[in-house]
Amino acid sequence: MSHLLVKDVSKSFGKNEILKGLDFSIEKEEFVSIIGPSGSGKSTIFNLIGGILTPDCGGIYLDGDSINGKRGFISYMPQTPSLFPWRTILENVLLGQELQGKKEILKAKEMLEIAGLADYEKAYPHELSGGMKQRVAFIRALLSPQPVICLDEPFSALDELTRFDMQKWLLSIWESHKRTVLFITHNIEEALFLSDRVIVLTNKPSNVLTEIIVPFPRPRNEEILLDETFMEWKRKIYYSLVGKEKREK
Amino acid sequence: MVLLLLFIVWEIIVRVLDTPDWLLPAPTKIFYEGFVGWSNFYPDLLSTIEISLFGFAVGAVIGLAVAVSLHLVSFLRNALYPLLILSQNVPIIVLAPLLVIWFGFGLLPKIIVITLVCFFPITVAALDGFRQTPAELKHYMNMAGSTKTQLFWKLEWPFSLPSIFSGLKISATYSVMGAVISEWLGSKQGIGVYMTLASSSFRTDRVFVAIFAIMFLSLLFFVLIVLAEQKLIHWQPKGEDRN
Ligand SMILES: Nc1ncnc2c1ncn2[C@@H]1O[C@H](COP(=O)(O)OP(=O)(O)O)[C@@H](O)[C@H]1O
Ligand SMILES: [Mg+2]
Repeated sequence: MSHLLVKDVSKSFGKNEILKGLDFSIEKEEFVSIIGPSGSGKSTIFNLIGGILTPDCGGIYLDGDSINGKRGFISYMPQTPSLFPWRTILENVLLGQELQGKKEILKAKEMLEIAGLADYEKAYPHELSGGMKQRVAFIRALLSPQPVICLDEPFSALDELTRFDMQKWLLSIWESHKRTVLFITHNIEEALFLSDRVIVLTNKPSNVLTEIIVPFPRPRNEEILLDETFMEWKRKIYYSLVGKEKREK
Repeated sequence: MVLLLLFIVWEIIVRVLDTPDWLLPAPTKIFYEGFVGWSNFYPDLLSTIEISLFGFAVGAVIGLAVAVSLHLVSFLRNALYPLLILSQNVPIIVLAPLLVIWFGFGLLPKIIVITLVCFFPITVAALDGFRQTPAELKHYMNMAGSTKTQLFWKLEWPFSLPSIFSGLKISATYSVMGAVISEWLGSKQGIGVYMTLASSSFRTDRVFVAIFAIMFLSLLFFVLIVLAEQKLIHWQPKGEDRN
């Protein structure tokens, strides 16, 4: 049985049909990316899984139980770091746990140390750079006790170099901690570099256009970015996205 | 510094024009009276401090309670917010005698007057703070599965503290004014009483002593709130606007 199952989900806002018959699933400890043009309803998918919205029809299942409209089953990292300015970095990374009950201060300190943020435990968010804030936001999500981590375009606001550093960093953390990750992006390279599987969405009303199982072995390093096959996959996804858009025009 | 300069100019003008004391006493005379008449004045001062503090505390608690309930129950907010604003359009001077008729000369009407003056800035400031809580932070909390109580205490309340403190600062200074007005209603003691007696016997120097005392008290309360704020809120980047 799949860990998280999104089954035949549709969602409209008024007359605006966003998702139509969306179907996909994730296994435990899998890293899956969802890629699609902006405005295609990617964040809406997260809002549905997070229980902020309820699907018009279809269902969302975690380990076989329906979680339609129920909150608290995922841990979340938004596009902006969304750190609380009055909390220190340590207090910030503990927030996700705090909401669910128990706090593991030692584990939090350990994670901050791994992330190279040990010196900033007592600092406030405004003292950190953009990339550091995103690391903090990711650790907050990683420490939260929920089984699935949802990341919504977490690096899209960063500059190119920082973003690449962050991708490598995320990959190394994930490879040593193995959590179930659902990762939204509109960056093809990012999706291929990080994921086990890439789900490509069609344009609105969106559903799954293709699913690609990424063939590169782990642990991965940046050399695969220059690999022939990597380029080929990138081109494939690109054309499937663009091709769809062209047909609509 | 500016104050000192003002006093010097004032002193010179009064001396040169030789204005009579009942019209405008020189600052030196006022300070002299404040000094000599201290034992006479200080029970009044104390009494005013007492009721302003008490009234301010009641006003702050009620102001916050009103803000929180209006915020959490949105239909209350829509129904009562206009009423709140209207309540501020009733002049306290008009309301005061009514309160005496209803509640007599005791402590209660005085506290009501101060509360009426104090609660409004706090309520408005707190409501503004709650409402301006950034949507992205709320979205994070909701996605992370926070309850409504957690959303309030972990996000909206701490976010609003700076705003609430601005309200508290305004109210703290108003509270002294409110206390003096409430003493005019009829009281045995207080700066308000002292002032009425002084002006009816043309002791203008004493009126000024009272005015200076009120100004000083307001300033003192203000500074106390600022100190409390600095103690409580240490996360704000210095000299940078919070958004
Ligand atoms: N709460 C909402 N109410 C109405 N329309 C919405 C709402 N949320 C999203 N939309 C619309 O849904 C579409 C998809 O939004 P979104 O899921 O944020 O796309 P993406 O994350 O893929 O860029 C957008 O056109 C947006 O206007
Ligand atoms: Mg989005």
